[in-house]
Amino acid sequence: MLRRSLTLAAATMVGMTGAAATSQAAGEVNLYSYRQEFLVRPFLEKFEADTGIKVNVVYASDGILERLKAEGANSPADVVLTVDVARLKAIADANLFQPVSSPVLKKNIPEQYVGDDGGWYALTLRSRILYASRERVPEGAITTYEDLADPKWKGRICTRSGKHVYNRSLIASMIAAHGEEKAEEWAKAVVANFARKPQGNDRAQVKAVHEGQCDIAIGNTYYYALMKNNEKQPEQKDWAASVRPVFPNQDGRGAHVNASGAGVLKSAKNKENAIKLLEFLSSDIAQEMYGELNHEYPVKPGVPQSAEVRSWGEVKFDTLALSKISDNAEPAARLADRAGWQ
Amino acid sequence: MKEQPSAAGDIPLPGGSPRVPDGARGFGFSDIRRPDIWLILSASIALLVSIPVITVLVMSTVSTGDIWAHLASTVLTVYVANTLILFVGVGVGTILIGVTTGWLVTMCQFPGRRIFEWALLLPLAVPSYILAFVATDMLEFSGPLQGALRDMFGWRTMQDYWFPDIRTIGGAILMFSLTLYPYVYLLARSAFLQQSVCVLEVSRTLGRSGLSSFFQVALPLARPAIVAGVALALMETLNDYGTVKYFAVNTFTTGIFDVWLSYNNAGGAAQLASALLGFVILLIALEQISRRQQRYHQTTSKLKDLPGYPLSRGRATAAIAACLLPVLLGFLLPASVLAHYAFESFRDTFGSAFLSDARNSLLLASVSAVIAVFLGVFLSYANRLRPGKALTALTRFSVVGYAVPGAVLALGVIIPFGWLDNYIDGLMRSAFDHSTGLIFSGTVFALIFAYVVRFLAVSFGAATSGLSKVTRNMDNAARMLGRSPLGTLGAVHLPLIRASVITAGLLVFVDVMKELPMTLILRPFNFNTLATRTYDYASDERLWEASLPALSVVIVGILPVILMSRALRNSRPGH
Repeated sequence: MLRRSLTLAAATMVGMTGAAATSQAAGEVNLYSYRQEFLVRPFLEKFEADTGIKVNVVYASDGILERLKAEGANSPADVVLTVDVARLKAIADANLFQPVSSPVLKKNIPEQYVGDDGGWYALTLRSRILYASRERVPEGAITTYEDLADPKWKGRICTRSGKHVYNRSLIASMIAAHGEEKAEEWAKAVVANFARKPQGNDRAQVKAVHEGQCDIAIGNTYYYALMKNNEKQPEQKDWAASVRPVFPNQDGRGAHVNASGAGVLKSAKNKENAIKLLEFLSSDIAQEMYGELNHEYPVKPGVPQSAEVRSWGEVKFDTLALSKISDNAEPAARLADRAGWQ
Repeated sequence: MKEQPSAAGDIPLPGGSPRVPDGARGFGFSDIRRPDIWLILSASIALLVSIPVITVLVMSTVSTGDIWAHLASTVLTVYVANTLILFVGVGVGTILIGVTTGWLVTMCQFPGRRIFEWALLLPLAVPSYILAFVATDMLEFSGPLQGALRDMFGWRTMQDYWFPDIRTIGGAILMFSLTLYPYVYLLARSAFLQQSVCVLEVSRTLGRSGLSSFFQVALPLARPAIVAGVALALMETLNDYGTVKYFAVNTFTTGIFDVWLSYNNAGGAAQLASALLGFVILLIALEQISRRQQRYHQTTSKLKDLPGYPLSRGRATAAIAACLLPVLLGFLLPASVLAHYAFESFRDTFGSAFLSDARNSLLLASVSAVIAVFLGVFLSYANRLRPGKALTALTRFSVVGYAVPGAVLALGVIIPFGWLDNYIDGLMRSAFDHSTGLIFSGTVFALIFAYVVRFLAVSFGAATSGLSKVTRNMDNAARMLGRSPLGTLGAVHLPLIRASVITAGLLVFVDVMKELPMTLILRPFNFNTLATRTYDYASDERLWEASLPALSVVIVGILPVILMSRALRNSRPGH
């Protein structure tokens, strides 16, 4: 019996290995994605339908960098997709991306959203903003990130971990704007104002405002839209209704933006298809789809935002190049440790 | 011959097992003139399985800048303190629940006992992270419980009343204790089942009360099994990332991830992981030293029927409550919440993707379980046949993979496989001008290898603890009657330790079904499992979509639980 089950095991394993291994034949592109499947799938399906190129994906949130390093020149991956520029930078720093010059990408994506030498390209923009309680925070009471440090908000601010890429990127932008020392003072003051230890995701922070646990939350823009229009879990509409989105620093450098983005790997066997995929993701149709689906800001100028996003009005964004912000990613992580923003 | 302190049966962690009688040593059947196939094979297997851990240790030798100074001056103390608190909390929690219920259902008579025998194992089917998602959903401010309280008492805001916060270290201890106590229950119960009732009766005859017999006789006798169970539970706790992250409890494991991912410092992460490994090995050593002089095994293979002390009405009620509560909180409530969500979301979530996830999970779990059990039994038996310091040490080392957080272990798998793949590819290119690409890394091969490395400790521990109860006289008799070592294993040992082996296989099966961090990192293209799907949705706080795959993990986990309890009950001859 033991022998039989072993034979079975071996046979299954061989079968599965064969099925799961990806071919490198023409007509395919292999993607390592930090973005979750339910967000990415619709685009990839559209791309497959338009071009006939099959997209194979590994969805992973951690470890992609080490996996790429270990796989080396034989890596089956062509493209890496991330939700944050610091991770793109880490892959670029490991010298794994190849420069891509494509007239289409050059035309679609403004320079501030492109990595050095065309190593990576931002594909959608997500701004990190404040959500103020409609009941308990009067309009105009808070207008900047710097205001978060004001002692009047003691015990009133909710946010997720300072180590999460979204907050880390915000801290990195504070370092870029004020220098490390000032940014650390700011972070310490913000931590002193927390209503609870950092926990949950951005959505959970708005919910906490709704529940009265805090008065101000820090979160990405699209969560507001996703909650406001949530038909499956209508209680989220109440959460959204209890807050007012505040786009910070409109009289100054503008609201902080982070980006989802992608780059083509040096090891890419399907380089042409990889570039086609990037071009597709920067095209009007994909940019608009993304806006409709996840309410992010299109990176390509002139592409209409989703109706929900339009309703928030014209917004001024920080024009600092994303690569400058990602340069501060590690100092920001250390700063978060020192400030106790765990 | 000089007394060797570490001989055959004394191997395992986490299997924590008894020693063999002294007489067994030096009985050598081995013919040293021939190449010793058992020794060579088992040493090779142990080495192979050790590769990921060795990789991590090697990685930790690279220079990592000032990361330690930074951590030491900022967050390290918090990480260490939280980890120790979790350790103590989960240790106490699992022992309290596991030993109490194990004793009650094995030795006492009360209504529902037969049901509790297997029902108490059910929480094993619920991964801690899924329980954490559900518990938060139920217990937070907007959850049904607090909502009902507010309606009842007319409270409005959070400031109007106090309610315990589940997302705390206490909450995490509760989640782990409720989902991991079955390890202790399982092993404690199987130890109680195998204990000679005569010993207990002697104790009673000598005037000890039932309770005192329990503490003075049964508990010390079951100690190796209990310790093994707690060790499993604690290592699962160390490995957890989902629950502590969701509850924002920063532990040593969080630190490892943070150094790796926020600082892109894999070397620093490997150093932290090695430190953790050192700590675990120290604990194991301490435990083993503490029972150095003790011997645990039956003096007779004749087992009398278990006594089944009838309990008075009051005590029976208390016993029912003690058994019901963990099942209720650890299984019934979370499963029914998930079932409710899954029922409502069924039309959105059921489809071909779900079916392929389920297929992947089942295949991975069964293949890994078969391999892990095969290797576990082989290694354990080889250690019995060839007691020796070198093999013992090697085997012990090969199972410490269990103590390394899964994600770090995944690193230890990717790196050597990537190297091997590239090496083979290079050879093939130069010899045949043909590229083989990545054969091992990035396929289910790497995934299954990682599962086996991680869960070998489970099957090895169970096999060793099973074998240790088989007296050496059996081996000797079989060998004198002309059986080969392999024949003896097949004809004598395997039937005797069948229960342990089945239990081991099922534990590995369920563990693989639930496994998350390694699967996330090592999975091939277009590959999902029920666990990764659950995590994808739940980490976005979309319990709605996560419910069907989550419930499936739980349901599949039940099947082995049922088989396991039958095997357990049948493991006591004549019972």
